[in-house]
Amino acid sequence: MVNQSRRDFLKTAALVGTAVTGLSSKTKAAPKNILSEDRMGVLVDTTVCIGCRKCEWSCKIAHDLESPSIEVYDDRSVFKTMRRPDSKALTVVNEYKNLDEEKFPINVKVQCMHCDHPACVSACIVGALSKQENGSVIWDTDKCIGCRYCMVACPFQVPAFEFENALKPDIKKCDFCFERTKEGKLPACTEICPVEAITYGRREDLVKAAHQKIKNYPDRYINRVFGEYEVGGTSWIYLANTEFEKLNFPKLGKDPAPGVSEAIQHGIFAYFVPPVALYALLGGVMWINKNKKKSENEEI
Amino acid sequence: MEDSKPTPMKKKYFTPVVIGLVVLALNGLMFLLARFIFGIGAVTNLDNQHPWGIWIGLDVAAGVALAAGGFTTAALGHIMHKDQYHAIIRPALLTAALGYTFVAVSVMIDLGRYYYIWHPFIMWNGNSVLFEVGICVIIYLAVLYIEFLPIVCERFIGRINLPEFLKSLNNPLDKLLRILDKGLNKTMFIFIIAGVVLSCLHQSSLGTLMVIAGPKMHPLWQTPILPLLFLLSAVSVGLPMVIMESLITSKSFGLKPEMHILSNLGSMVAPLLGIYLAFKIGDMMIRQTFVYLTTFSAASVMFTVELLFGVIIPLRMFMSRQVNKSPLGLLIASFLVIFGVFLNRLNNFLVAYTPPYEVHSYFPSIGEISVTIGFVAFEILLFRIAVMIFPIVSVPNTSAQRTKYSIRGGAQ
Repeated sequence: MVNQSRRDFLKTAALVGTAVTGLSSKTKAAPKNILSEDRMGVLVDTTVCIGCRKCEWSCKIAHDLESPSIEVYDDRSVFKTMRRPDSKALTVVNEYKNLDEEKFPINVKVQCMHCDHPACVSACIVGALSKQENGSVIWDTDKCIGCRYCMVACPFQVPAFEFENALKPDIKKCDFCFERTKEGKLPACTEICPVEAITYGRREDLVKAAHQKIKNYPDRYINRVFGEYEVGGTSWIYLANTEFEKLNFPKLGKDPAPGVSEAIQHGIFAYFVPPVALYALLGGVMWINKNKKKSENEEI
Repeated sequence: MEDSKPTPMKKKYFTPVVIGLVVLALNGLMFLLARFIFGIGAVTNLDNQHPWGIWIGLDVAAGVALAAGGFTTAALGHIMHKDQYHAIIRPALLTAALGYTFVAVSVMIDLGRYYYIWHPFIMWNGNSVLFEVGICVIIYLAVLYIEFLPIVCERFIGRINLPEFLKSLNNPLDKLLRILDKGLNKTMFIFIIAGVVLSCLHQSSLGTLMVIAGPKMHPLWQTPILPLLFLLSAVSVGLPMVIMESLITSKSFGLKPEMHILSNLGSMVAPLLGIYLAFKIGDMMIRQTFVYLTTFSAASVMFTVELLFGVIIPLRMFMSRQVNKSPLGLLIASFLVIFGVFLNRLNNFLVAYTPPYEVHSYFPSIGEISVTIGFVAFEILLFRIAVMIFPIVSVPNTSAQRTKYSIRGGAQ
């Protein structure tokens, strides 16, 4: 009951929020970085994933990254160490012990979460990162200067930098297969997944589907959809049978990651009033002190 | 000051210390060269978990803070019109101009695509704190150079003497300098106020920079009032920086330290540091972060050292009249404040930053340290050259010429 009413509240809050952004978007006329109702997402069911790592392979092929042949990915010894996405692999699958059933370990696919309020987009000094209408957060090589502030900002520590590249290092991260989805294709990883552990669809529908799954199989899942509210919501959402923090998900609040810093930033620069006011104040002080000096000198 | 005026120093450039600095600077340059040939990864210990190292945390963040002497003395001397402090404005201005130049250079070498450093001018992101810091720093750097121009004019008006084949340029250049001098004389106040405003803006925004890292930053440092703390600490480190620099310059050029000015400056530091300390402690109390001090960790030790040696002890020292009267006392107290702010920036940008998937913690590589030390050495060398070319350091005046234009060109 309580939960239900809170969800209703959040729904209205979200609606009002969209309405407000919608209004302001008309005045600012910025097509990017505004949430679309129909933005896409992916639901990752970690209880279904078998850790075949086919998604790693197809991701590399789709993004023209160097990759060994697909058979190499059957090697499960890589699970011994925890891996992170980097400039050579935009997604990786990790394995965790399943405390309920030793035989079936838990596999978790990691990639950019494509936040609804991305910290990287807010942080980027030149606006090289942007939230697209279809939900993906993508990076523009023509703008990026390689400052790596996006990496400082990202709450999931996802963007990777080509540190070894001296001439033109890129920021590398999952782009939600932006080029493929534009042509109506599925993201490479969701297309290849043999067990349908990752489902591509409208985010709103996926959130509903995730809750339906939890309702239908309460023994199979914990009652939480990771990414539904974390840092204001992410495009990629996860289901699991154990606490997400045990699967190396970061512990995050519900407030959008860039919230505080943008509030401070826009507070200091509210229509340039504070800087101009400071300028005027200092000018006034300077003028008064100068006149004081002058009159003192004249008296002498 | 009536009894002293800025004069170019006349001394031998090379001393054993200077030669040591040259070696350090060259060593840094070697590693810098390696960074441009082999990439950032080859020279630094940075990785995907630690995107920023000491080139940002120290060279940029601490560098900007320690160059705060420029705007604090400008505010004191020009805006508050305390004429007795004019003797320290020029050295502080030179330090700030050099300091910010090296901040800009440090940012550039840390950029993966340094040749795109001009992008922020045409590609704006008003939400980005880094964008604001970058634009403010660049404009302020320009303002600092403009503020320095009158010194160049004073030195060269009527004295331009180019080698033979450029001789025809002597007259036009002289005219240009005279026009600049006249124009700047009337408009300088615009730039001086702008410099103070720009400084307040980017000194504080430098603090906002790490706010977006959210829970990745240790709660002892992560606070929404970071911008205020950064501004307050920058204001309190400005004068100690000027004091230390003045004492070292006097020593190095065999002049008597200007204790009458420095003591007064010293007495102003205590209230400024006090305000900073109050906010720092208040913030800790309100957010109840003192609980983290009860556990023994790198964070708790660094925080305690920063607060105790960098703020509390120098605060007590500056409150003492005896300390303010002795050159050594002032030197030590000033050094502690500088050390404290230096450590604060290091803590905020590196120690407090604990990424979620850290495999090993970050420690700067020999290459990173070499470049940082090399830049500092370079800066000191340039400072020494500048004070020998330009009238910057005030020395007791023998011929009491006070009229501005009688000095200029009078020597020829």
